[in-house]
This record gives sequence, C-alpha cells and structure tokens, in this order.
Amino acid sequence: MKLRNALCSATILAACMFTSASAAELVVGFSQIGSESGWRAAETTLTKQQAEQRGIDLKFADAQQKQENQIKAIRSFVAQGVNAILLAPVVATGWDEVLKEAKEAEIPVILLDRTVDSDKDLYMTAVTSDLVHEGNVAGKWLVEAVGDKPCNVVELQGTTGSSPAIDRKKGFEEALAGHDNLKIVRSQTGDFTRTKGKEVMESFLKAEDGGKNICALYAHNDDMAVGAIQAIKEAGLKPGTDILVVSIDAVPDIFQAMAAGEANATVELTPNMAGPAFDALDAFLKDGTMPPKWIQTESKLYTQADDPQKVYEEKKGLGY
Amino acid sequence: MNQDLKALLVRLSPQLIALASILLLIFMMFPSFFNIGIQNGRLYGSLIDVLNRGAPVALIAIGMTLVIATKGIDLSVGAVIAITGAVAASSAVAGNSLAYTIVLALGTGLLCGLWNGALVALLGIQPIIATLVLMVAGRGIAQLITEGAILTFNDEGLIFFGSGSLAFLPMPVVIWVVFGLLVALVVRRTALGMLVEAIGINRRASMLSGVRTSVLLMAVYALSGLSAAIAGVIVAADIRGADANNAGLWLELDAILAVVVGGNSLLGGRFSILGSLIGAMIIQAVNTGILLSGFPPEFNLIIKAAIIVVILMIQSPRAATLLEFFRKAPESVKERT
Amino acid sequence: MADHSADILVASEICKSFPGAKALDNVSFSLRAGEVHALLGENGAGKSTLIKCMTGAYARDSGALMLSGSTIDPRDTLAAQQLGIGTVYQEVNLLPNLSVAENLYLGRQPRRFGLTDNRRMNRQARELLNGYGIDIDVTAQLDRYSVAIQQVIAIARAVDLSGKVLILDEPTASLDSHEVAMLFNVVRSLKKRGLGIVFITHFLEQVYEISDRITVLRNGRLVGTHDTAELPRKQLISLMLGRELAQTEHLARMTSANAGEIRFRFSNFGKRGKIKPFDIDVKAGEVIGVAGLLGSGRTETAEVLFGVDHADSGRAEIDGKPVRIGSPRAAIEHGFGFCPEDRKSDGIIGDLSIRENIALALQARRGWSRPLSRAAQNELADRYIKALDIRTTDREKAIRLLSGGNQQKVILARWLATNPQFLILDEPTRGIDVGAHAEIIRLIEDLCDQGMSLLVISSELEELVAYSSRIIVLRDREHVAELQGERISAGAIVEAIAASRLPEDA
Repeated sequence: MKLRNALCSATILAACMFTSASAAELVVGFSQIGSESGWRAAETTLTKQQAEQRGIDLKFADAQQKQENQIKAIRSFVAQGVNAILLAPVVATGWDEVLKEAKEAEIPVILLDRTVDSDKDLYMTAVTSDLVHEGNVAGKWLVEAVGDKPCNVVELQGTTGSSPAIDRKKGFEEALAGHDNLKIVRSQTGDFTRTKGKEVMESFLKAEDGGKNICALYAHNDDMAVGAIQAIKEAGLKPGTDILVVSIDAVPDIFQAMAAGEANATVELTPNMAGPAFDALDAFLKDGTMPPKWIQTESKLYTQADDPQKVYEEKKGLGY
Repeated sequence: MNQDLKALLVRLSPQLIALASILLLIFMMFPSFFNIGIQNGRLYGSLIDVLNRGAPVALIAIGMTLVIATKGIDLSVGAVIAITGAVAASSAVAGNSLAYTIVLALGTGLLCGLWNGALVALLGIQPIIATLVLMVAGRGIAQLITEGAILTFNDEGLIFFGSGSLAFLPMPVVIWVVFGLLVALVVRRTALGMLVEAIGINRRASMLSGVRTSVLLMAVYALSGLSAAIAGVIVAADIRGADANNAGLWLELDAILAVVVGGNSLLGGRFSILGSLIGAMIIQAVNTGILLSGFPPEFNLIIKAAIIVVILMIQSPRAATLLEFFRKAPESVKERT
Repeated sequence: MADHSADILVASEICKSFPGAKALDNVSFSLRAGEVHALLGENGAGKSTLIKCMTGAYARDSGALMLSGSTIDPRDTLAAQQLGIGTVYQEVNLLPNLSVAENLYLGRQPRRFGLTDNRRMNRQARELLNGYGIDIDVTAQLDRYSVAIQQVIAIARAVDLSGKVLILDEPTASLDSHEVAMLFNVVRSLKKRGLGIVFITHFLEQVYEISDRITVLRNGRLVGTHDTAELPRKQLISLMLGRELAQTEHLARMTSANAGEIRFRFSNFGKRGKIKPFDIDVKAGEVIGVAGLLGSGRTETAEVLFGVDHADSGRAEIDGKPVRIGSPRAAIEHGFGFCPEDRKSDGIIGDLSIRENIALALQARRGWSRPLSRAAQNELADRYIKALDIRTTDREKAIRLLSGGNQQKVILARWLATNPQFLILDEPTRGIDVGAHAEIIRLIEDLCDQGMSLLVISSELEELVAYSSRIIVLRDREHVAELQGERISAGAIVEAIAASRLPEDA
C-alpha cells in the first residue's frame, strides 16, 4: 500500500515538475565507482551522452573506489531532490540505510552494472549484463566457427574467484557441452591483465608443442586476449588464423586486432547501461510502469565481418 | 681473482642450489623445459621466458637490494612502474622522439626515488611509511596520466624495449643483466658498497665517521626509483600500452622476496646484488613452472608460497645446524655397526 | 656459618670451543653463598664465555654444573634465571623504549582481570628502586635516564628475578664513583642475604674493596683461585698478564716543555641546552684532559667540538683562521677525529670487518668515487693491527666479534688512518682490560709526542693526571675550572668538582 502511495506521489511530483518548468528538465544523480578501467570510463562517457540526448540534467559524482563517497553522494542527491538516482555500487553490501533514505524521499534508485545484497524493494531495478550468457555467446561462436574439426582450446581466466571469471567460464563450458571435438586443454588465470595474459599464453604455447596443438584461445576479457595475441605472434604463429581468438568485453583495442585479422570475435559488455535505465525511468514516470527487477543488457557478438575498423573509430572516443 | 670468484660461488651456493633444484623440478614435470630454439630472430623457450618475465622483478630488486642494505625498504616501486609506464606511453602517443620519451620516463622514476629519499634522509620518516605514501598515491597519479584506460601506443622504438632482441636475447633480459652488472660493478669497484653497508649497520657511527649518510640515502632511493622506471618502460613496452591499474601491481613484494631469497638480510648491512638477481630468477622460475604445470589456478598461490617457505627454511642458519645434525647422526650409527 | 661457606654454584671442568679457538679448557669454578667472587682476566681470557656457559647462553661442550647441590643444565638464560641465576651484562640489556617499571617487570607484569595492572606495577617498581636509593619517575621511558641509572635498574631487575646467584659482568664500567659506592652497598646487603655474587671488572681497586675471593683465568685456562686478602695486587696483575706489568704510575707531564703553538682555538663555543659557552685553546702536542661527573657535559663538549651538535655560539679558529664546524664531516676535513664514548652505538660498524672499520673514516673523507684499493686497505689494516696490537685471527673478522679493548683500538686506528691533527677521545679506556688499558695510555702519550693535539675525556682521574698537560673540570654542563702544571692531581680535580658543588648543597 505504502509503496503504491509513494509511487503515485512520485508520479504526481514528476508530473508537476514536468508542467511547472516547461524546460521540463529531469534531474538524475549518478554515483559512479571511479575510473579504474577503460570500460568504466566509457560507461561514464556514455551515461553522460545518453543524458544529454534525452535532455536529462545529470549530476555526476565520482566516488574514487570508496563506498563512503557513494553514500555521501546519494545523500546529497536526496537532499537536492533529484528525480532519480543511478548507482554503480563499488561493493555489494552496506547499502540498506542509504537506500532506505532514498526510498523515504520517494526517489527511485537504479543500479548499473552491478547489484547489491539489499532487499529488492529498496531499488527500482538493476541494469546489468548476464555474465554466464556472455561466456555462452562466445562459446557458441567458437562451436560454429570450428564445425566438426577437432579443436584444442586454451582458456585465459579472469582473476581467480571473481564472479566474471566463474560465470564466463561456466557459460563457455555450457556452450561447448555436447561438442566433443572441442576440448579445453589448458586453463589458467591471467588476472584480467595484458601482461599476465601474455605471460600465461607464452607458457601455453610452450606447453602445447609451440602452439601447434592449440586451435583456439578463449579469454575472459579482451585485455588478456590482446596480450596473448602478442605472445602468439612472438612465437611465430598467426593469431586469428593459426589460433582462433575469442574474448569478451569489446574494448576498442580488440577491434583493431580484429581489423588486422589477429582476433576473431568478441562479445560486448556494453558500457551503455544508462540507455536501458533511462528507458525504464521514462516509462515509469510517464504512466507508472514498474520495470522488472533485472534488466539484462544485450551481449552482442562482434566478428571480423562487422567492420571492426569502424567500430574501433566509434568506440575510441568513449574513453576506453 | 680466481679466489674471489670461488668465494662468491660459495657465498651464493644456497641460492644457486635452490635455483637449480627448482629448474630440475620443473624439468621433471615438463621435459621440454630446457629446449631452446630461435623464433623471429630471438631465442625462444621456457628458460628464456623465465629470464624475460623475471625482468621487472630483477630490475627493481637491484634498487631494492641497496635500499634494504641501508636498513630501509621501498614499497613504492610497483607504483613507480605504473607512473613511468604511463609517462612513457603518453609521451609516445604524443609523438615525442624515443630519446625524449626514455629520458622523461627515467627522469620521472629518478624524481620519485628522490622524493622517497628526501622523506627518509632529510625528514627522518621511517622508510616503510615514507614509501607507502608514493605506493598509494603513485597509482592514482598513473591513472590520472592514462585517464583510467590502457594507453596503447605503436611507437616501434619504444616497443623494441619490450619485445625486441639483441644478440638473440630478448631486450628485457639484456637490460636487466647489463644494468645489474653495471650497478654491481659500480657499487663494488667504488666505495659505495661499503659506505651503504656501513649506513645500514650503524647510521650514527657512519655519520660520526664522516660518511655523508643523507646524500647516500637519497642516492640509494633515487637508484631504486630509476630501477623501477626502467622496469616501467619494459612492462609498458611489452604489452604496447600503459595499464595504470595493473602495471607493477604487488611487484614490490616480489622484489623484497627476491632480495630475501637472494640471501640478504632485511635488517640491512651486507648485501649481494647478484644474490638478489638469482632470487628474482628463483621466484620467476617458480611462477613459470606453475604455469607450465597445468594445475588449476586456484593452487597457484599455495604452491608458490609452499616452495618459497621451503627455500627460506633451507637457507635459514638454524636449518644449517639441523642439517649438520642429521648428517652426522647416521654416520655415527654406521661407524658402530 | 656452615651454610655461608657452602658452595652454592659449582662448575667443574667446563670446556667450550668455537670454530678456530678453544675458549675454555677444563675450567672449574666454585661460588659460595654469601661471598663476592671476582672473576678476572685479560680480554679473551674466557670470563664471558664461562659466564655464558653457566647461564645457558652457550651450550658447553663438556663439564658439569651444580646449583645448591643438584646438577643443573639450563638451556637458556631464561631457564637459568628461573633456577636462580641472574645476570647483568656490561652493556645494558634492557628495552630503551619501554618505561622503567615495564623494564623491571617485563614478562611478569602484575595482572588484574587479565590486563597489566599498571598502578601496582609502578608502585612495586618505585618501592624496589627505593631499596637501591633511587627515586625516579618509573613511568618514564628508560632511555631518558643516564647509562648509570639504566645499569642500576638492570641490576635491580636481576636481583629481583634471581634468588641465589647474581652475576655482575662489568657493572661498574659505566658508573661514577658515587654510583659505584652505592652499588657496593647494594652488593654488600645482598651478600648478607646469602646470595653468591660473581663480579667481573677491570678496576682492581674495586676488586680489593668488595671481593672475598678471586679467580683468575688466562687464555681459556684456570690460573687459580685465591682469597683476596692473601693476594697482593702486584701478584694478581702478574697472574692476569702472565708477566710483571711495567710500573703503571706515571708522572704528570711537564706542560710547557713540549707544547708548541696554539693550533685550535675555540672561543665562547657552546650550544644552548647542551653545554654553556666555553673557551679552549689547544696547542700542538698537548693533551687536554676533561674531568667531571656523569652528566656534567663531558660528552656534550666533545660533540659540540666535533660538530655533532652544531654550536650556536662562539667561533672556532685553526692556526688563526676562522673555520666553520657544522658537521662531523666538516670537522674531519679540518683534521679532527672523535672516538665516541658509546662504542657499540656510535663507534663500531658491527658487521663490517676490522679492515673496513679501519678504512671507513679515510674512505668517507675521500668520497665514494675514490675508493681505497683492497691492497691499500689491507696494508692499512695490517699496519694498525700490528701497531696497536689488535688481537684478532684475521683482518676480515667482523668487529663485533672482538673484545671491547680491541674494538676500541680499531676505532682509534680508524682515526689514526686519517692522520688527524686534533683527536677527541671520549672515555677511551672504559670497559677495557688492564693490558689494553696501559697500551691505550701509552698510545695517547706517543701521539702527543708526535705533535698531535688531544682532548681526552675520562672518569679515571689517575689516568687523566698521568697524561694531561691541562685538565678542564666540568659541572652541570659548564666548564668550572682549569688545572695546570703542578696543580694537576686527582685531589685537585675532586676538590674542583666538590668546591663548585658546595653552594648547591647548602
């Protein structure tokens, strides 16, 4: 009951604002984790772009990897009376209190990219990608690309124990299940970094007869793939031809590699989390449509056929 | 001269034995470990990987050895790797000449080292705290330079330092071997080594004997910064990009470990750069061995820790006495029977 | 009575070898309850090794230990302590950054609710120290107190810990005469309580003052045990040295006879909080003695002269030209040298070899880029090992392995190698055995004859009287008197110190 009241009044409030100020600016606060990776920087850029396109006044707060900064930012958003809050939570726990405060102020909160361990009532929806699905898309591409030929796959895992590493491995293995010609012969962590990706690939190459036994590389992220591609080249093999390369994330550098024929496919973890979030917010503010609790972003597959040079140019400016 | 060499070998024998055992262990698990071929005009093989991948730790271990000899420690080297890599990458991206880029990067490292040295020698801050400042702030500085992204560059000259080769050897190997020998020579052929040891053992007595303790301390930290800068350039050149978040991450700990495994005391005083270099190779051999072994990655750290513990135990003076004891016991039994 | 003469601690036929040396060879030693037993010998005679074997610090190779009639085998000093054998070493072995009370009760703090009961601990500490005639703030950090007080605290702790045997390893080395007297009162009262006390010292007067029996060791062997009353001093010295010692009495040197021009002039020189401004003129070839009680500003005078503490008033001149002495380095460049009082913390570079320790100051002056060749260092080391009779197997031996006297000679060699014009020696003979003691005094005289100027600080008045051309007397961080010529005598020094003390006492 209470929730419905809250939602109604929020709607009315929004409507009032819409009419009273004809510029009709929707004010949204965005608490971003920081800029610890290129992907995160691109997410920030795209969120700002999306807001501008929709005429939304975006209040941006960089938390520099600290939860206390995010909590402070949310409190300040609440005090300013924004219409909605976007939150990319740095950690999963410890959000209950500040989310309650936002809820009491009748401000909907949308989580971006990651979720929290709080009660689902405390936020409107979460926009994230499905990590298992990403691995699955990559695996399906490889299954199709290889066909019936036998193929030894080496896998560069993400940081041991991290959820992207676990889920992307799981999705990939699911896609390979039932295709006995594909076999993961080596799997080792590359810590999501280029340096480790290169180092581990070097050892794979030595361990598998100078790379002659390897037919494909699956990397949990593009950075490791970029490092591994260099290792393959230094071993005197042609990445993309001698060894197929498929990875996840779709950062600009992998498109450059695809354009050069050195990588074969990547699955996009879109940095555009804000687009679906704003869509859901619009729908809600217009007629009170409650979005589902989880909005899954598209895990789009890019291959060499998708004009990688063009995608590279597009993505380059996003701050990756 | 021959006598000196013999003494050196005897002194470094625990380290050499440890390195040999590790290599042998890997060889038993992975028989093609010692195979070396030539690929793209440079030597190619697992053993070369050990030398090549060990370059960053070997380089910073050189500076770290001297810092530790003065009873100090430099926690900032990992962050300095990130900073100098970022500086080199952004300079290359801006289209500066190679020489300018290298001088800029090495100069930055030197400056970082001087900052640490000033905090330690002039302000008298404890080394672990003084260098912690740059360890924490340094990565942020690097991120500011790269704006959070991996700054990719295509300057072939700069890339040469990571994947080029000289006389069939990968450049990183050439660089750390040459730099290591150079520093070891300078330190031992001049009086630097003795003065540094004197400071580490008794700073006040050294000062009272007229040793310029502050100047030498600054110089030692500056050298550590320079070592880290060279490592930073190599790490960036290796992946053709500066990764501010990950470059050099935790390498300071590996370097300290290399120094200790190399038979140097954390309490300062007597030091051996050669020992530290062997220590760095021991650590890298363990890393490479784990990668070649095919164990699931969950075991990586446990295996590494176990091997290091064994090495340190074997090197400890108490173990030597214990070993003596066990060696003697069966003999006396034999005599009686 | 029978109880008092019973042997409380008996060590029989102890042997102990180190790589390359037999430190103890069948040494037997017995200690009676209620006696003070002096253990004497030159450096390297085996005194310390015997002590360490008795306290478990070293594992003996063979031999037996008996305490109160039963065999004991302490595995470490802690075990020995629990059995009742307490030890106080020459160098204070306490923790300088803990409070006095914490040092006294470390490891056995009184507890309340599982936590240290600080109030009770402090009260007990105060009471304990009051028993020794010391009334200080026990909550203050230990290193705030002088070495003397620290030594007394160390003794108090050991006495409190051990019930039966107290081993004092050169406890008086750092104490002035007042404190020695006080300590001896404590020792006498402990003796009355029936403790057996082993007393190691280099001060023979003290041996005759306090001990009942004397055991002499030489080169790791037992020379003999005698009742103190029946052993004349000359005989004792010859037992220790294995030869008749040359006459140790010296005549005061005639000042004006061999002193030359004024070379070093310090006027109104001083530093606030350390030493009041003073004037010193030093002539070539003269020894200036500095006397005063502990804490009177002796070391401070030396440190201001050497630039360790930058003087904030006055001026320094060498041969009439003004110079600035802002650091030890600057002082060294003007030909100064300084052997500090605290050898362990300010003098030796423990892990470096004798060769490196000798070469250090000369090398530092040359700068890092102009190294002394190994051959030059070897030559330097060998020359001084021979000239100063430094007892070592090898010039590459780490200096920390040498005895105190030999360490002191190495530090002296370090300065002599720089060919100094003005050498400052702070307590050069402290903690040194009789033989080395005489050698260092002879060296001081030789250097002086060669035209070097010296400033020597010492708490041994006879020694100062023997070689000084002039003596400066200090009190309360102020130069209060200067004795010259015929006025130089131990009595005059004491008088000068006492005279200036009078107003305070009143």
